[in-house]
Amino acid sequence: MMNNSTEKLILFALRLITYAIVLVIGYILFDIIRNGAPALNWQFISGFPRRSGAAGGIFPAIVGTLSLVVGTIAVSLPLGIGGAIYLAEYAEQNKFNTLIRLAIVTLAGVPSIVFGLFGLGIFVLFCGFGPSILAGSLTLACMVLPTIIVASEESLRAVPKGFRDASLALGATKWEMIRTNILPYSMSGMITGSILGIGRAAGETAPILLTVAAFYLPRLPNSIFDQVMALPYHLYILATQHPEADKIRHMQYGTALVLLLLVLGLSLGAILIRTHFRKKFRW
Amino acid sequence: MVEQSLYPNYPKDLEMVITTNQVNFFYGPTQALFDISLLIPAKHVTALIGPSGCGKSTFLRCLNRMNDTIPHSRVEGEISINQKDIYAPGTDVVELRKEVGMVFQKSNPFPKSIFDNVAYGPRIHGEKNQKRLTEIVEQSLQQAAIWDEVKDRLQANAMGLSGGQQQRLCIARALAVGPKILLMDEPASALDPKSTTRIEDLIGELRTNYTIVIVTHNMQQAARVSDYTAFFYEGRLIECDATPKIFTNPRQKQTEDYITGRFG
Ligand SMILES: Nc1ncnc2c1ncn2[C@@H]1O[C@H](COP(=O)(O)OP(=O)(O)OP(=O)(O)O)[C@@H](O)[C@H]1O
Ligand SMILES: [Mg+2]
Repeated sequence: MMNNSTEKLILFALRLITYAIVLVIGYILFDIIRNGAPALNWQFISGFPRRSGAAGGIFPAIVGTLSLVVGTIAVSLPLGIGGAIYLAEYAEQNKFNTLIRLAIVTLAGVPSIVFGLFGLGIFVLFCGFGPSILAGSLTLACMVLPTIIVASEESLRAVPKGFRDASLALGATKWEMIRTNILPYSMSGMITGSILGIGRAAGETAPILLTVAAFYLPRLPNSIFDQVMALPYHLYILATQHPEADKIRHMQYGTALVLLLLVLGLSLGAILIRTHFRKKFRW
Repeated sequence: MVEQSLYPNYPKDLEMVITTNQVNFFYGPTQALFDISLLIPAKHVTALIGPSGCGKSTFLRCLNRMNDTIPHSRVEGEISINQKDIYAPGTDVVELRKEVGMVFQKSNPFPKSIFDNVAYGPRIHGEKNQKRLTEIVEQSLQQAAIWDEVKDRLQANAMGLSGGQQQRLCIARALAVGPKILLMDEPASALDPKSTTRIEDLIGELRTNYTIVIVTHNMQQAARVSDYTAFFYEGRLIECDATPKIFTNPRQKQTEDYITGRFG
């Protein structure tokens, strides 16, 4: 039996922890916005970098990161959702499939630099794509696949059994049931989970370091076989590798803020999608 | 035709639409049904009664092969509908389920519009003609005695209906596929008395055109709605007879004990 004062103490402690977390995140945000906002102007966003990034804008890096995000979504969403449908709806509960699940969960814990090396070995060298948007997107896709599969499988399993039974009893085949009465209801969960995962990947440096990111490339890519600059890598260079690193704080903060806004935009998109579907299908 | 030794109280010319012969059912290693041999007459209501866990739902779900979806389950014996073995290799389960509709204990409308719910079956079976779909939807809703309540809001989400309305909608949805047989697993057990009465009245109307098999825990309900009653106990069929006979003068002691409330 817990008495009332222990109860209050625990509540107080939990509240304190929550506030502490919010405070830390708030401070980081505040710091980035305070220092980054002055750098943000049209020139900075739409201009090309000059003097190895010490001046000018970051437009190529924005385009690079956006194309990587699009590429990653294009590769990982169909694969991840397809895999999740198989695991949740078709796979039998046997040792082999338990092993597959274990592998997926383990994959989620693999350090991102390992994915970078894997991408270098497989996509850049073995497949011969060279350092390119294609190789980078494929590498990032591998990295977010576990997240997408786990999130999608969960939202597929969350669809009540009643809908499944009712569909089948009306003479739907298994695939008809999935298409008409499972996917529509789990789509929001799948897409939200996936986008949040991809948003995280968009900020990663290690996987793109060896597979796509260019140190300094002040032009736009022509095809998916081109290298691009990318925001996280650009930030890393400005902050640690640049000879004038100390003098270009505003460029670093500006880049960080743009990257932050981009990821925030993705999350916001995910939330909008979710509320849209929530309104459409509720039970 | 009816075997008179087993069913002395059935009319001689009663047409049997479902026949099961020594059916055993297994959930993995555990056997849930033992040697069930039962005849179900066409265009009548047959009630399945018995204490909780005796296998009523399991048996019912064998009749439209809904148990197929349960991993490691197994059926033995023969179940025929219109003289066709429904577990024979090569049986088209989709065709079977078009013929044998099912209504579940917990009403389960899809989170779609009322119209789309009823049109769901016909649509997946290839009906694209909007005019024809509209006809089917209206007709099914009318048959399920819910048309008057929903005709002005066919595009509204079905989740907004009351529990009783949802269950009648589910019946309409099942009817829209054009089944000959309707399986109902405690269709009114989650409803208030008034909604229950409506469902019972509805079953009374449907019995002229459909073969209905209904599972119920409610003795009065079985007595009110059914023509024939089968009593299950611990996975076995104890006895099956005309409903008045079961309730006034059962042959088996176990049946009598159950209906008089001495156990279960
Ligand atoms: N999916 C399943 N896996 C394993 N055992 C099951 C499963 N479904 C039912 N059983 C078991 O089979 C037996 C018969 O269950 P069933 O649901 O058919 O009983 P019932 O007569 O419908 O009971 P109730 O009146 O409570 O609905 C029970 O012992 C039950 O525990
Ligand atoms: Mg049951």
